[in-house]
Amino acid sequence: MAHPAPPLVVARADLAALLFIRHFETALLELFAQGRVAGTTHTCLGQEYIPVALAPLLAGDHVFSNHRGHGHYLARYDDPAGLLAEIMGRAGGVCGGVGGSQHLWRPDYLSTGVQGQSVPVAAGVALHLQQSGRGQLAAAFVGDGTFGEGAVYEGLNLAALWRLPLVLFVENNGIAQSTPTDRQLAGTIAGRAAAFGIAYAGVDTDDVGEIRSAVGPLLAAVRDGGGPLIVEFRTRRLGPHSKGDDSRTPAELAALRSADWYARTRALDPVTFDEIDERQRARMAAVLADVANREPAGQWAGTQWAAA
Amino acid sequence: MNRVADDLNAALHKLFEADPSAYLLGEDVADPYGGAFKITKGLTTRFPGRVRATPISEAGFTGVACGLALTGNTVIVEIMFADFLFLALDQIVNFAAKSVSMYGRRLPMRLIVRCPTGGRRGYGATHSQSPQKHLIGVPDLAIYELSPLHPAAAVFAEMTAAAIPCLFVEDKSLYGERLPAGDRLDDLFSFDRLGTHARAYADRSLPVDHLVLAPGGMLGRTLAAARRLLLDREENTQIVVPSRLYPLDLDPLLPLLTAAGRVSVVEESTAGGTWGEHVAARINAAVRLRHPVTLVSSADSIIPAAPQLEAQVVAGADTIYAALATGPLA
Repeated sequence: MAHPAPPLVVARADLAALLFIRHFETALLELFAQGRVAGTTHTCLGQEYIPVALAPLLAGDHVFSNHRGHGHYLARYDDPAGLLAEIMGRAGGVCGGVGGSQHLWRPDYLSTGVQGQSVPVAAGVALHLQQSGRGQLAAAFVGDGTFGEGAVYEGLNLAALWRLPLVLFVENNGIAQSTPTDRQLAGTIAGRAAAFGIAYAGVDTDDVGEIRSAVGPLLAAVRDGGGPLIVEFRTRRLGPHSKGDDSRTPAELAALRSADWYARTRALDPVTFDEIDERQRARMAAVLADVANREPAGQWAGTQWAAA
Repeated sequence: MNRVADDLNAALHKLFEADPSAYLLGEDVADPYGGAFKITKGLTTRFPGRVRATPISEAGFTGVACGLALTGNTVIVEIMFADFLFLALDQIVNFAAKSVSMYGRRLPMRLIVRCPTGGRRGYGATHSQSPQKHLIGVPDLAIYELSPLHPAAAVFAEMTAAAIPCLFVEDKSLYGERLPAGDRLDDLFSFDRLGTHARAYADRSLPVDHLVLAPGGMLGRTLAAARRLLLDREENTQIVVPSRLYPLDLDPLLPLLTAAGRVSVVEESTAGGTWGEHVAARINAAVRLRHPVTLVSSADSIIPAAPQLEAQVVAGADTIYAALATGPLA
C-alpha cells in the first residue's frame, strides 16, 4: 500500500447501521457457503456507506433498488428479519418468499433484477410525484454497468425534457460482474449527464457526514423543480459479484480492503468501535437465529389465471 | 356514420373525462397531428399534462407508463406500429406483468398498451406485423383485440377494471370501417352476444356447419368467406369474435363447439406458434370435436411490401374460404 488510508470519523448511529449491513452481508455469504440459502445473492460489502448516508435524505421519497440492494433496504427499513426471511424463503419475508433477494417491494420502495429497467419506471414515478406537487422525488440506485443499457438514456432524456424530480445514484464500483468499468464504459458518466444537460455530482469520499452535506442541497434543487440529477459515487465492491465469482487478483482485492471504511474507522477509537461492532454482530446473530427457525414460506397463491 | 376510429377516439375522451388519474403517452399523439392514425385527436388540447407526446423511445415511455401505473394511475400507451412493441417488451413482460404478482401480493397495474397491427396497407415487413402470438401465455398480461362489434369504451372499462397490463391490438384496416347500426351487419348477417364474445350469424335456427373463431381484425374477411359458403355451397357459418384473445373465455362457447360440424380459428398472424394453435389446444382439452380444428393464418413469412406479394402472404377472405370449403363436414 503506497499511502496509508486516512482514518474516518463516523457518528455512532451511522456506524451501527454500517456495521449491521456489513454483518448481514457477511452472514449471507456464510449461509450460501453452508448451503443454507438457495438461489443467488449480491452483497454490497464495501458500499454500505452510500445507502446509510442517503437514507435520512430520502425519507419521504420513492426509492428504486437493484440486484445489489440489501444495503438499500436495511438502511431505509428497520426490518432485517423481513429481508433475511425473504432471502431464505422463510415465513415473514417482505414479499412472502416470492420475490427473493432481487425483488423487494414496500409502498414507496421497489427493486428489480433487470439492469436499466428501473430508470424509465422511476421517471414515471417522478412524473406522478411532480404532478402531485409535494416536493417528493424518485431515486434509483444503479451501477456503472447499468450504463450499458439503452433504457437508461431513454429515461434520462424524458426526465430532462420534462424536468422530472428523478435522481440516479450511481454506485460505480469499478466492475460490472467480472468486467472492469474501463472495458465496458466509453467516456464518463459525467459526460453522459452533460450530454442531456442533467446536473451531475461526483462523490469520492466515503465520509457519511460529508456525503450528506454535499448531496442534501442537490436534492433540494431537484425537489424545487430543477430537473433530474445524477450523483456518481466512486466506490469499492469488496466481495464477489454474487457468490465466490470474483476474478480480480489478490493484490487488487487487498488494495480495496485497505481502503475500506471498516479498518479506517476502527483506527480512530478501537474500543468504541469494537463495542458497537460486537453489538451489531450479536444483533445479526439473533436475527439469523430467529429467521432460521421459522417455517418455510407458505403456499404460493399463483397468478390470477393459474389459480382459476 | 360512426367509424371505428371515431369510436376509439370518443372512448379515450370519455375515459379521460371520467378518470382524473388517466395518462396517455406515445409518439406524435399531440394536436394538431393527433397520432399517426388520428386516434388521439383532441386529447392534448383537452387534457394537457396527462396526454403527452414522447420522443421515439418505446422502452422509455412504456417504462414511464409503468411508473405511473405503479403509483395508482390509469395509463394508456400508444405504440405507433405493433412491430415497435418489441422495443418495449422488457417493460411490458419483465416489469409490468411480473410486478402484478412477483412481490408476493397483487399490485394493481392499470396499463393499456395500444398498437395498430396487421398488413394489407403495403407498409412492408416492419410496419405490418400481428404480434399477438408472441405475447400469449405471459402471466398477468391480457391480450384484447379491437372489434367493430365491441364498443371501445366498454372494452377500455373492462381492461382498466382488470388492473393488469393489457395489450390492445387494433387492426389498422378497421379504423375507417363503419360500426354496425343495431344488430344488422349486412343483408345476410346479424350479430348477438355470447358472454363477452360477439357472434355473427345468418340464421340462428339452422344447424351450424362452420363455427369460426375470428378476432376483430378478421371479421370482415371471415364474413366474406361465410357469405360465399352460404351462397355457393349452402353451408351455414357462425363467427365468434372474442374481445379478449388471451386468456380466452371458452365456457360460453362449449355448446356451440360440440354442436358445430367443423370448428376453425382464423387470424392474421403468420404461421407457427399461433393464437389458433393455442385455442385449438384449449378446445381439444375441453370438448370432443367431430373433426380436428382447422387453423387459418397468414403464411410463414415476413410481410412483403408490394400489394400483389403481400396478398400471397396475408390471410384474406379467399384463404379462409379455401380452407373451409375443403375437408370434411359432419
